[in-house]
This record gives sequence, structure tokens and C-alpha cells, in this order.
Amino acid sequence: MIIQQISVFLENRPGTLAEVLEVLGEREVNIRAMSVADTADFGIVRFVVNRPAAVETLLRDAGFTVKSNQVLSLALHDQPGSLLRQVKRLGEAGINVEYFYAFAGGQADARIVFKVDDIERAAGMLGEEAAEVPEVYW
Amino acid sequence: MQYWNKTMETMERQELGRYQLKQLRELVERVYTKVPFYRDKMQAAGLLPQDIQSLDDISRLPFTTKQDMRDNYPYGLFAVPPRDIVRIHASSGTTGKATVVGYTKKDLGIWSEVMARTLTAAGVSDKSYIQVAYGYGLFTGGLGIHYGAELVGASVIPVSSGNTGRQINLMTDFGTTALACTPSYALHIAESMREMGIDPKATQLRVGIFGAEPWTEAMRRQIEEELSIKAVDIYGLSEIIGPGVASECPAQQGLHLSEDHFYPEIIDPLSGEVLPPGSKGELVITTLTKEGMPMLRYRTRDLTQLDYSPCTCGRTLVRMAKVMGRSDDMLIIRGVNVFPSQVESVLLEMGQTTPHYQLIVERSGHLDILTVLVEVNEASFSDEVRRLEELERKIAAQLASVLKVSAKVKLVGPKTLQRSEGKAQRVIDKRNLTQEA
Repeated sequence: MIIQQISVFLENRPGTLAEVLEVLGEREVNIRAMSVADTADFGIVRFVVNRPAAVETLLRDAGFTVKSNQVLSLALHDQPGSLLRQVKRLGEAGINVEYFYAFAGGQADARIVFKVDDIERAAGMLGEEAAEVPEVYW
Repeated sequence: MQYWNKTMETMERQELGRYQLKQLRELVERVYTKVPFYRDKMQAAGLLPQDIQSLDDISRLPFTTKQDMRDNYPYGLFAVPPRDIVRIHASSGTTGKATVVGYTKKDLGIWSEVMARTLTAAGVSDKSYIQVAYGYGLFTGGLGIHYGAELVGASVIPVSSGNTGRQINLMTDFGTTALACTPSYALHIAESMREMGIDPKATQLRVGIFGAEPWTEAMRRQIEEELSIKAVDIYGLSEIIGPGVASECPAQQGLHLSEDHFYPEIIDPLSGEVLPPGSKGELVITTLTKEGMPMLRYRTRDLTQLDYSPCTCGRTLVRMAKVMGRSDDMLIIRGVNVFPSQVESVLLEMGQTTPHYQLIVERSGHLDILTVLVEVNEASFSDEVRRLEELERKIAAQLASVLKVSAKVKLVGPKTLQRSEGKAQRVIDKRNLTQEA
């Protein structure tokens, strides 16, 4: 399914990640999934939270550069080969994966967050299979 | 076309030259007899007042610098007895000891006159409500505009600078039609208006009179768009008189310099040689009429060029280009002259970042490394690393083509670069240049 992801610009100096997390912690926002992309100069922290719109405002008011955008969230059976099947389908359909992050949670399933270049089509293609598994983010 | 003083502003240039020469000779005679500093300097140069026979002879006179003012602090350059001084102003002293200037009654009259010309050219009249948001006090901005506006007969709202929320409330309540402040403060006011949910188009504001710091054409367009006004550039410095030395007419093709009071030259900032008409260089001004503290060839450190061709507005007074930077702010990087204002103009043209930036120069071995810190904004921020890296590359490429020297661009978080109500520190030079001197 399509969900909102929050990204925050991080300057490359000690303590910037803590500053972001502090804002979230104070307001008891629980991060459900997270990834950090970094370069020599800066980083981008991306995460999935409940009430993404409220969190976006919260961070912006705290002075961070924030972006909210759509990503694709899939819940997979936590078994060898299940991710491969999905990624192959995207590739064969000509959909480019910009980045992804994954985590195994619960007993039998794993979750993966995809940023793709054609999210509507990708969601349409993969939704059926993903729908079988219960949602855990919210 | 509106002029405040049509006779002087549209005087035939030959006649202006005769007038200037007469004033210059009187001035040189005056400072020679009344200011020991100038007498000593002229004697050291083997020069007597009667040696000044033509306007070209001005290049034989000594320069005056900010350091000379500091050395003669506070009253050493005054040319009249203390009782004739009716006003004292001083510079902020951000780069050293404050420099003090004194005005006689006649000087205040000249100041009001040139400011009245400035305001009239900007479209301010006795029907205008002008909000003066320059600082009042020792700084010449506030009181300079104030007296000029009163002479024009406008309704003056003397708010002084700061307290932006109140500025905006007064602006809407009083129906302010003209705003006078620094251009960066104008942008800050626009930003605050948006935050307060006030549409600038719904106010009576029509014109802004902006000066006291160098700004670019791109910044002018941004101010004009955001505040929905006409943004007029004015120029002045306390050492000469304050605001009112030069100002834009509706043609916005340079700032007409009141040459009947202030005689301009353009010199090479390194050699001190006078450059031919049209050259870019440092502006040097001689105050032809001032009594309290006349200046012979004051080195402004401001870089500009002069255009003597006729202006469509009918004024014959020479036009100086928008100040391009400061000769003491100029960086020489790998032999190339770089000005912070060039970086500002690139960033504003691209419009994908904030106009806040900082230049850091370091030396690695014998090579200068220029790094430009640029604040990322929400519009350009992306969740994809490659897009931000693309943005860095794009800015770097644009900077390289404008600066003619390569720079590394580093994106930093919003509001992380120093803000200042006065002059922002745009350059951090970490090269240890004293080793080479």
C-alpha cells in the first residue's frame, strides 16, 4: 500500500540526528521504520511514523527542512525468495526502485519500504499479494 | 518627470564642470587653511591650493581613508569651530574604532536637499506616507531619510529599525505608501508578512527606498515581487554625508550622483590610479560643498563604474552602477577576483536555495580551496541523495561559470548560517596570508 514517508535534511555534524529524534521523543512519536542516507556533506533521514502529517508540521516548526512523500510499503511472508519475486515484477514492468529499506518484524512477516519512480502502477501490481498480510504501521 | 531641483539635476555638463571647479578650488583653499591634516598632506605632496587649476588636477590631491579618520578621532578632521557643528554622527565601528562626522547647519541643509532629490526620483511626494525603518541615532540612515522626507512634505512615520511585527501593523494601519530600510530587512518584512497572513498586495505600499548595503538585481526582482512594490536603490555613506549621495531614477539604469555636491572618481583599488570613464573600480568622492567635515578624495572602498551618457529621465548627473562589492571584501582566489555578491546573485537567479550563504577559503599546499555553504530550503530538499547532489553540482557549475574559478558547494541546514541585522559576515578566510606578506 502507499504510505507517507517523512524525510529530514541532516547537516553532517555531531548531534543532528539526536536533535531530530529529540523532537519526536518529546511528543511521543514512535518511529516504525527508518533509514539514513549519507554523503560526505549531509544526510537524509527518512522514516515511517503514525500521523505523518502531524509529525511533518512538528518537525518543520522545530526548524528542520522536511519533506513528505509517497512510498510503497509491502508486507511480505518472511521466507526466502518472497522479496525477489516482488522486485523482479517491478523490474520486468520497467519500474525503477530509487531506494528501499527493509526490516523483519513480528513472527512470520517482513516489511519493506520502496521508493519507486511509478508508485501508482507499482502499488497496483503488487497490492494483491501484499494485501494478504496484516498492516502493522498504524 | 519629477525633479526636486531641476536646475542642478538637469544642468548642462559643461556648466556643471565650471561650477564644480569653482567649488573645488574654494574647498581646497578652505581645508588647506583650516585642517592641519590636509595642509600637512598637501605640503608633503608639494602642493598649494592655487595648483588646482582644472578638475583634472584633483588627481594630484591626497586620498583620505577610513584609517585617517580613526587616526584623527574624534574631531581632528573638522574644518569649523565646535560651535558651528550642530550634529554629530558616527559609523558603527564594526571594523575598528568608530569614525565620527560633524555637520554644520548648512551641511544639514545639503543633506536634506540631496535626500529630497532621492525621494522625489523614487516617486515620494507630499502625498506619501513614508515609514522610515532605518535605524535612528548615530547611524545616518534614519535621520537622513527623515529630514529629506520632511523637506519633500511627506508624512513621516519614524519607526526606526526592528520590531518587525509592529512595523507591519503600523504599515497596514497607517497606510504606509513608501518603505525605507535595508534591502535585506525588506525581505525579512516580506517573510514576516507571509507568516502573519498579510498579503503585501492588499497594503498601500508602492515603493521601497533601499540602501546601506550592496544588493543585486536578482534581489531587487525578488523584493519587487514579494512586496509588490518598486524597489529603488539609494547610495550614501556617513563619511560623505549619509544617504542621498546617489539614487535611482525611474529608469533604474544606475544611480544619479549629486555631482554638484560630491565629485566622483573611479580608481584602481590597488594602484590608486584614476581610471578612464566607464571603467570598473573603486569610487572616490570629494565633498565639494560640505563645511563641517569636508573630505578630499575619500576612498569609499565601494566598487562600481560611472556612466556619463544621457539618461532617459532627463537628469544629466552621472550614473553610478549598483555597488558591485567592496574592494576590501574582494577575495583573490587562485588569482581570480571573487566577490560575495556574485555568489548571492547566482543563488537568487537559481531560486532553489535560500539567499543565505557563506564563503570559506582555505589553502591546501599552494592551492586555494573555495567552499560555498548554501542553505537548502524545502522547495529544493529531496528525499533522494542524488537529487541533492545534483543540486550541489548545478550550483557549483553555475558558480564556476560566473566566478571563473571552481568552488565546492556544501548544502547546510536552513537557518544555520549567521543572521545579522547589520552586515552579515559572508566570508571566512582561513588562509594564513600574513606568512606571505
